[in-house]
Amino acid sequence: MECYIGIDLGSTTTKAVILDAEGRIVGRGITNSRSNYDVAAQVAKQEAYTNARFEMLSRILRDETGVDKEERESLESHLTAAYAHECFLGQLSRLEQHCRTDLDNPRFDDDRRELLQSVEVIMQGIREHAHRNFQPSATARSDFFRDIAGAAFIDVAAEISRGGGPAFDKLVGMFDRNIIPVENEQETRSFSELLTAAYGRLPDGLRSSVAGLPDTLKAVADTPMEEVRTVGTGYGRVRLPFPKDCIRSEILCHGLGAHLMFPATATVLDIGGQDTKAIQVDAQGVVTSFQMNDRCAAGCGRYLGYIADEMNIGLHELGPLAMASKRRVKINSTCTVFAGAEFRDRLAAGQEREDIVNGLHRAIILRAMSLLARSGGIKNEFTFTGGVAKNPAAVRALREVGEENYGELILNIAPDSIYTGAVGAGTFAMRDVAAGVGANQEAA
Amino acid sequence: MTTAIKDASQDRQKTMIAEHFGKLSRAKEDGRKVVYTFVPGNLTELLLNFDLLPVLPEINALQSGMRGKTGDYIQLAEKSGHSEDVCTYVKADIGMLKSGNIGPTGEKLPDPDLLLLSYTGCFTFLKWFELLREEYDCPVVMLHVPYQGDGKITGEMRDYVVGQIRDVLIPELEKLSGKKFDEDRLREDLKRSAKAEDDLVWVLESAKHKPSPIDAYFGGVYYIGPIFTSFRGTEDAVDYYQLLRGEIEERLAQGLGPITPDGVMEEEKYRIVVEGPPNWTSFREFWKMFHSEGAVVVASSYTKVGGLYDRGFRHDPDDPIGTLADYSMGCYTNLNLPDRIDLLEKYITDYDADGFLINSVKSCNSFSAGQLLILRELEKRTGRAGGFIESDLVDPRYFSAANIKNRLESYFQMIEAKRTKG
Repeated sequence: MECYIGIDLGSTTTKAVILDAEGRIVGRGITNSRSNYDVAAQVAKQEAYTNARFEMLSRILRDETGVDKEERESLESHLTAAYAHECFLGQLSRLEQHCRTDLDNPRFDDDRRELLQSVEVIMQGIREHAHRNFQPSATARSDFFRDIAGAAFIDVAAEISRGGGPAFDKLVGMFDRNIIPVENEQETRSFSELLTAAYGRLPDGLRSSVAGLPDTLKAVADTPMEEVRTVGTGYGRVRLPFPKDCIRSEILCHGLGAHLMFPATATVLDIGGQDTKAIQVDAQGVVTSFQMNDRCAAGCGRYLGYIADEMNIGLHELGPLAMASKRRVKINSTCTVFAGAEFRDRLAAGQEREDIVNGLHRAIILRAMSLLARSGGIKNEFTFTGGVAKNPAAVRALREVGEENYGELILNIAPDSIYTGAVGAGTFAMRDVAAGVGANQEAA
Repeated sequence: MTTAIKDASQDRQKTMIAEHFGKLSRAKEDGRKVVYTFVPGNLTELLLNFDLLPVLPEINALQSGMRGKTGDYIQLAEKSGHSEDVCTYVKADIGMLKSGNIGPTGEKLPDPDLLLLSYTGCFTFLKWFELLREEYDCPVVMLHVPYQGDGKITGEMRDYVVGQIRDVLIPELEKLSGKKFDEDRLREDLKRSAKAEDDLVWVLESAKHKPSPIDAYFGGVYYIGPIFTSFRGTEDAVDYYQLLRGEIEERLAQGLGPITPDGVMEEEKYRIVVEGPPNWTSFREFWKMFHSEGAVVVASSYTKVGGLYDRGFRHDPDDPIGTLADYSMGCYTNLNLPDRIDLLEKYITDYDADGFLINSVKSCNSFSAGQLLILRELEKRTGRAGGFIESDLVDPRYFSAANIKNRLESYFQMIEAKRTKG
């Protein structure tokens, strides 16, 4: 299968999509952006390949095996969870190895034995946690190793310290030092090896639920996927790990991506981790005007992340909490840091958490409105993309404020909205090849 | 990095500037009087008439910016109470003054004997010289230049400015210098001004060719140097512009693109019209973001702050005072918004630009107010790609290289995408 790849290296997450020769999305991958952009791009791409092969498996099971829907879905969800579990354990064993090597340093001469014992206990704790976490029914706060392993690490470390073991700071310091090399290394096992291992983790009943399942899995793993061209985009583009002629501005990628998802798109709003983009596109998805936030990231995804941290809840919990709001609270601060202070002040003044959080959502949308106005306003249809488009309270506020200012709106949000930039990039890759533009290089 | 290629004209200009600052540093011992004044609508020929030496604080500020001094200067000014929102030229000037008033050649600048406030389109100028008056305790003469609110210079406006020059300014300058006004000399100087202006216009309009032999913004700021400052009306200016024109003629004949600090620009991919002043603290880096992408600026409004010669104005030796009045009122900063839009539209069409870009300067209300309106209107009228970036004149804190590069690359790619679509 011919594959065209688009990678969107965002400030918070890196997204990759694989398009087939007809431009259909066949795989999606996402990972946290890390200190090494090259690895982040590789990991996202590998995730997208994995996803594409699982999609392939899903099609075969549906079209060629005659297994009923419920059983098929159960098999798929177990296999997906087991695969993720395998990947997690691979990273965990590398983390353990790094922690142990780290302790060879002479500065740990006095308490090495104790620390090594703690590492053992912590790793065991994380493994047990993972066993629960990677059940098909489990819902996780995050899909990223750093977050899952980090949370479990901290829990076990706190327990060890409370029980008279090494100091909490010392234990957590181990995680902070060693997570970086782990994140900057890649999985060495092939898809086929990981899939075989995941198969081994399936309950017996599921393993035999489909006749010839091992052969099907092998066929999926062996299907050739030929990478024709990769185009990359993203915020930190000064250092993007792609050849120059394989890079497109994220403005163009988001504009085109939004057009492909909703062909009648005229205005695009993208709210990502650190930047907000207001883009106007023509009927072919070509950008005609754009504005971005400058110098200050208030009003971007990080603003919400900061507030979630202040409240000690997950980012995904913020939107649903705000949806419960009954009373409008006006937040005055447009600065992230001041908004944190304002949040605490208002809590102290007796206002409800959900009302304040809802006010914060409205505040970031108001900032976006100013950018939209500068770019030429909102025209129908209006497509909202980026991580914040997944937040129901932000969407509600955008619709309200948008309609107050521009009248009735057709507001589009794709389930794949986080991949908008990557889809645009992948499509540029296809178009470049078709037009014979750019070097046919093996991308990063 | 390759060494910067310097033309003979550039060396010539450098020598002229060095000589001028040399004169300034010796002004007191030579018994020469010094007048501080502003670039837009400046009356250089009139100052020459009394052998007065001009100092232009905006030029000092931008040169300090290019030499990496303004970060400290601005902080010093802020420490003494000037708000973060104040024009950074003003703060750089105040900071420079408080740091010993060392000019770009390393020599100390003399204190002013007079502040000649030829107010043209920028309200900050008034406040700036109020501050300098406090600092230097010296007299101020104000030439009030009426704003072209209705887009034209009326007879009354002209009479008003002529009256001020004749009845207030000239007597003051006579008093300061102890010399009589010499109208014949002024006519001679104005002849030289017009000659240099002819050559400057030729140089700027050479950008209509493809490829353009010049960059009319980043290169343009050097070309306007002598004529906008202390040299208009001098033989030096005439020689400089002849030399420059000869060089550009040569480049044109050879079909060469503009010279950049990194060498000759090979391929002209994008022809851009730029509105707004450049950033000075990261001038080379800013320029590189254009030339490394094959973008050349073919016309700019900033190079018209000291006169719109390409619209036909020339200093007229036959009407020496009237022509100074016309000049003062005709600068770009004194135009109203509709006129600025018309001018930019004409540039986009005449220079066959792919698009226009606004560099909006944080601390310059005079330039920045209304720029989004300009952008929208030009998009509507020309259908060409409009871009918008933000930086500052000389406050290094407001030049965010990654952000600006990001927007510029997006902007150039937007032009490319429009083009491919055909």
